Amino acid sequence: MQLDVNKGLPETLVATLVDLRRGDAAVLDRIDLPGDDARRLMELGFLPGATVVAGQSAPGGDPRVFRVDGSEFALRRETARRLKVRPTPKATR
Amino acid sequence: MSECSDCRSCSTIPEPEFPQSAALPKSVALIGPPNSGKTTLFNRLTGLRQKVANFPGVTVEQHTGIAGLPDGRAARIIDLPGVYSLSPRSEDERIAHAVLTGAYPGTDKPEAILLVLDSTNLHRHLMLAAPILSLGLPTLVILNMADDLRKRGGHLDLDSLAAQLGAPVALISARRGEGMERVWEFLAGAMPIPEPAELPVLQDVPKCRQWAGRMGAHADYHPPAPPQWTRRLDSVFLHPIGGPLVFAAVVVLVFQTIFSYARPLMDGVTWLFETSGNWFASQIPWPLLRSLLEVVWVKGAGSVIVFLPQILLLYMFIGILEDSGYLARAALIADRTMARVGLQGKSFIPLLSAYACAVPAIMATRTIENKRDRFATILIAPFMTCSARLPVYLLIIAAFIPDRPFLGRFVSTQTAAMLGLYLLGFAAAVVTARILKSSILKSGRTPFLLEMPSYRWPTWKSIGLRLVDRGKIFLRRVGTVILLVTAILFVLTKLPLTNGAAPPIEDSLAGTVGRTIEPVIRPLGFNWKIGIGLITSLASRETIISSLGSIYGMDESNKAGLQQALRRDLTPGGALALLIFFAFAMQCISTIAVVRRETGGWKWPALQFAYMSVLAYTGAFLAFHIVG
Repeated sequence: MQLDVNKGLPETLVATLVDLRRGDAAVLDRIDLPGDDARRLMELGFLPGATVVAGQSAPGGDPRVFRVDGSEFALRRETARRLKVRPTPKATR
Repeated sequence: MSECSDCRSCSTIPEPEFPQSAALPKSVALIGPPNSGKTTLFNRLTGLRQKVANFPGVTVEQHTGIAGLPDGRAARIIDLPGVYSLSPRSEDERIAHAVLTGAYPGTDKPEAILLVLDSTNLHRHLMLAAPILSLGLPTLVILNMADDLRKRGGHLDLDSLAAQLGAPVALISARRGEGMERVWEFLAGAMPIPEPAELPVLQDVPKCRQWAGRMGAHADYHPPAPPQWTRRLDSVFLHPIGGPLVFAAVVVLVFQTIFSYARPLMDGVTWLFETSGNWFASQIPWPLLRSLLEVVWVKGAGSVIVFLPQILLLYMFIGILEDSGYLARAALIADRTMARVGLQGKSFIPLLSAYACAVPAIMATRTIENKRDRFATILIAPFMTCSARLPVYLLIIAAFIPDRPFLGRFVSTQTAAMLGLYLLGFAAAVVTARILKSSILKSGRTPFLLEMPSYRWPTWKSIGLRLVDRGKIFLRRVGTVILLVTAILFVLTKLPLTNGAAPPIEDSLAGTVGRTIEPVIRPLGFNWKIGIGLITSLASRETIISSLGSIYGMDESNKAGLQQALRRDLTPGGALALLIFFAFAMQCISTIAVVRRETGGWKWPALQFAYMSVLAYTGAFLAFHIVG
């Protein structure tokens, strides 16, 4: 599994999908949203343990497209911020 | 101009070519996630033998069609809304669940299910198979996009998947018509149903996804390589600079085509109407009946039918953009602007189509899941400059604004005035959205989720079917409501009869009504004749032109004469007031009706009508007094 999460940033900041740069991959840890919203995201493949790859963003950087489970979905920054990614071996050093 | 996707009564009137369900051996539900190619398969199965109605009581469209089996029998196919799951949270999911379990009033419980999944994305799509298969109905699992799967090097073993799922499986390409034999065989009831190797897992999403993964693994499923063309196209369409440029070019092309290139088509329809109307009229010996035919048929129905080419062009563009997958990218690019006024990117699509007509735009808001966002979009859609305002703007601008160069040679003062009116409508929409979203329609933010499907070539068959559908609906409306309104207006200008002859127009019923409301509109610089025009423009905005034309006793085709008459009756301040009144007012019965239906009551359309009327009156009042 690819875990090269944004090496340039301190580990405390590499915690959500927002911190991924284009092409970065990370493993989703948990979804910090109310039950129904989290369930909706999970049905689309944003499941804990799934690998999420950051893709292109709209001009201006928001929303951004994420690849997960073979599909691409656009999420706004405010939503992507609530999807926490697992600290990776590299980030924890 | 207006049109409407259906009327409640249509679903109760039996149409001769559309047999009732009792005569049919089978009713089969078609279900699948969004972007699985479900609609393409529905079109392939039923062709022209389909009809669109609403599910009784709600505004979700119900498509049903007849699939003719090779053995001569027929099956009734119900196309259910595209859903990611059956957990009843959104309106779409509630309906799908209720129909499949036979709990939906007025819809028979289906005897079998066609479940359409995208074979290039099997694992995620199989998660919908779990709740569907556990319903216990005979189900064919259709894996669509076989051509894409093959091209991108994916594969799977159909027999093992069928054995694992306990349901027959077909690998097809609905677009190319590949592998359809299996679907027909299933519909004919000639397919054995295997026992499942493992019962589907329902309790929670992660477990269900694991079950889907196991099913795929047993079937030796190899997912295809990522879609290279989609990545390449997205690096252009979502490029920080190139993306917005392409976006602007697409918008300009759509507008330019609808407003300029549609002109010859509109002229053709007008000519057809005038020629046929005049020929019919010349065959009629009675003058009253002859003028009724001329006014009601040529000027009434004809003035509306001329917009048919525009409507079809708009639907063609929307169809191409939607089917190709570009519309999702456009919504993504527009999301930032929409976010500033408190709306989301999905609102952009309906608002774009509101430039043609608010009615289909309001129906297109159904894709917006958040109810408050959806209502806010419905409430601002009529501010967009719809094509019914265009003739009114053209007439008044031509009468009052001299044609001089404004910005260089290409932008004249008249063009600038026209652009200004478009911007005025847009500004009103944006400000109103801002007000609504920070007050009565403030909402907790639901996550904005938009799937970016792979790009695909649209098929002419699917777009053609859509155009035939929309065209029929539009013509049906013109032939009923609009003809009727025009006929009533005609009669009102001829009554009451004095000594067996029609009265002078100011003493007719229509004239009396106009003079009654005159005190109200006098402060805006309008007289009673304009008042009658304003009242008739409630049916559709451009009616004011034909009404004023006949009230001023002039041939409507002689626009210069009408312009002179307007210059006599309106000051420049009054003309500006009239333009601003049209930019803001909600003079459209069809829009009011569709808002009532979509919001489920009179509260929102009443509020919207009051707000827009107050804005129109105040704006016109200020314009008349400041300029006048």
